Amino acid sequence: MTVQIAAPTTGSPIINLSVFFAFVVITLFVVYKATNRNSTTSDYYAAGSAFSGVQNGIALSGDFLSAASFLGISGAIAVHGYDGFLYSVGWLVAWLVALLLVGERLRNTGRFTVGDVMAFRMKQRPVRAAAANATLVITFFYMLAQMAGAGGLIALLLNVQSKGGQALIITGVGLVMVFYVLVGGMKGTTWVQIIKAGLLLICVTFMSVFLLGKFGFSFSAILDQASQNSPLGAELLNPGGWYGKNAMDQLDFVSLSLALVLGISSLPHVLMRFYTVPDAKEARRSVVWCSWSMFIFYLSILLVGYGATALVGSDKIVSAPGGENSAAPLLAFEIGGAMLLGIVSAVAFATILAVVAGLTLAASASFAHDVYANVIRNGKADPRSEIRVARLTALVIGLLAILGGIVTNGQNVAFLVSLALALAASANLPTILYTLFWRRFNTTGTLWSIYGGLGSGLVLIIFSPAISGSSTSIIKGVDFHWFPLTNPGLVSIPLSFLCGFLGTVLSKEPADPKKQAEMEVRSLTGIGSKA
Amino acid sequence: MNKSVRTPASLPSERATGPGFADRGDDIGEPDFEAIQQSPEFKLLRRRLLWFIFPMSAFFLCWYMTFVLFSAYDHDFMSRKLFGAVNTGTVFGLLQFVTTMAIVLTYRRFAHKKLDPQVDTIHELAGVGKE
Repeated sequence: MTVQIAAPTTGSPIINLSVFFAFVVITLFVVYKATNRNSTTSDYYAAGSAFSGVQNGIALSGDFLSAASFLGISGAIAVHGYDGFLYSVGWLVAWLVALLLVGERLRNTGRFTVGDVMAFRMKQRPVRAAAANATLVITFFYMLAQMAGAGGLIALLLNVQSKGGQALIITGVGLVMVFYVLVGGMKGTTWVQIIKAGLLLICVTFMSVFLLGKFGFSFSAILDQASQNSPLGAELLNPGGWYGKNAMDQLDFVSLSLALVLGISSLPHVLMRFYTVPDAKEARRSVVWCSWSMFIFYLSILLVGYGATALVGSDKIVSAPGGENSAAPLLAFEIGGAMLLGIVSAVAFATILAVVAGLTLAASASFAHDVYANVIRNGKADPRSEIRVARLTALVIGLLAILGGIVTNGQNVAFLVSLALALAASANLPTILYTLFWRRFNTTGTLWSIYGGLGSGLVLIIFSPAISGSSTSIIKGVDFHWFPLTNPGLVSIPLSFLCGFLGTVLSKEPADPKKQAEMEVRSLTGIGSKA
Repeated sequence: MNKSVRTPASLPSERATGPGFADRGDDIGEPDFEAIQQSPEFKLLRRRLLWFIFPMSAFFLCWYMTFVLFSAYDHDFMSRKLFGAVNTGTVFGLLQFVTTMAIVLTYRRFAHKKLDPQVDTIHELAGVGKE
């Protein structure tokens, strides 16, 4: 982040800013209008379960069309070529886990949080505490990734090069985001996601159609031009541009892919979205809509990424403020001048804002609903005090996110997201699958699989080359890594499945058959889910 | 298709409680989940669901991992040009896009035809009906 280039590539900060402010004003208005009464816990956490499948589907894709996918993936494709494309494949395929295994069952079983499902037929307090721990850690990692993207984007958008100036703006963004959550709750946050996802889809579709037109509707011509403009040359289009220099890199890549495909449907803020619709059918419809919008988005991003290399050139992208993450904005400038750059940057910014708002909501819900109401108050909390705690938590988490964003400013966001996904896939997915589909699964098994996955994931990340001992590590200068893979998924996900199995088998405690019957019937049919 | 088994008398819960399995004994009026779980209608629903989602999940995971493993370990194969500058890897990746949507639409159709009506049947039997 020390290399800077001439200002003209960043367009006009005034246009960028005004588009962004227009977005903030419009969404704030919508949030304000949408939330006349936000008084019950169901309103605050789940928007009263009143969204339709279509609305929630678009918001769901909005939750995942984050800065990481938009800026990170287009940048990764532009710079690393084929290996960047692999990310987008994983992120589309991943929705099948949500569709087939998790979504509908989760909607039927829980009310507000992941903890609701995990603790349904288990001992409430330890399981809820574990679920909340997992949610908080995963959300924190994911949030760091989003906020890290914010710094680079600001550099590009406003031409603010000093770290201090960027920190100031990250703070501003963070405060707006906390405001959304506090005022809007789930309803407001969902509307922000819907508006943002719509804008983002329109933007990338427009850019990719333009690119296709420019290259005579030949995908091959774009690829040709891109490989001429990249230091990788023809290798840009082949696997191995990023991963695959040696056996460890290849294994690392497999690990990453596993985390990508299993992680998404385990992210707490994505799972929580399923509670905003009235029933399982609408939950299914949301995933179908979400898949379509992902399909269009990632096809477009493939074009945008290669298009950025073709028209802007890899070298220019890498040396721009914001580095890799600036591929899409730079391409927008190349195509539509300062105005389009303004719109694209503002949308990217809005993306960060909206996703972080969703994350903050998920984390605060988990703390207030699982920890405060069920662990501390033993399930006897007054709903109004629960919401108060949720809002307070949102504030604290918002502040943490701002701090984290300032610290991690400049890291590649797609990479950070992959760590969060690995943690989510390790801590949440095995537990959710077991509790939904394995009759014998019990409290001990639940705790083992949550903590086993979360703990091993965290330990392996700390001692991985992602943190120390390589040129791209977060901590430079020291080397205490012993785990060879950057992404822990390949080890921690199977380990968590194993822990859940062993915990269940080794403990003598039988599962509660009554609760199991209730959960199974409820998860498959929805009987009893309308409390 | 379940008309033949609709008569309440054929249900296990009939022996224990009142009509259908609308309420467990006396006080709460909660559905008797264990009776529902044991009913042939529910077992059929569960069998249909599991027989669809698990093989399908296994299929898409294997198919996806094939793509990943080829990308990681067989660069020559994935780099082979198929037409113009487009190589096997890119086509393979785009095929993943296509199969994903195909699975999404297949499941939607399956759920609509085979699962939802069965869920409605169970709702009726349990006396909770539709809202």
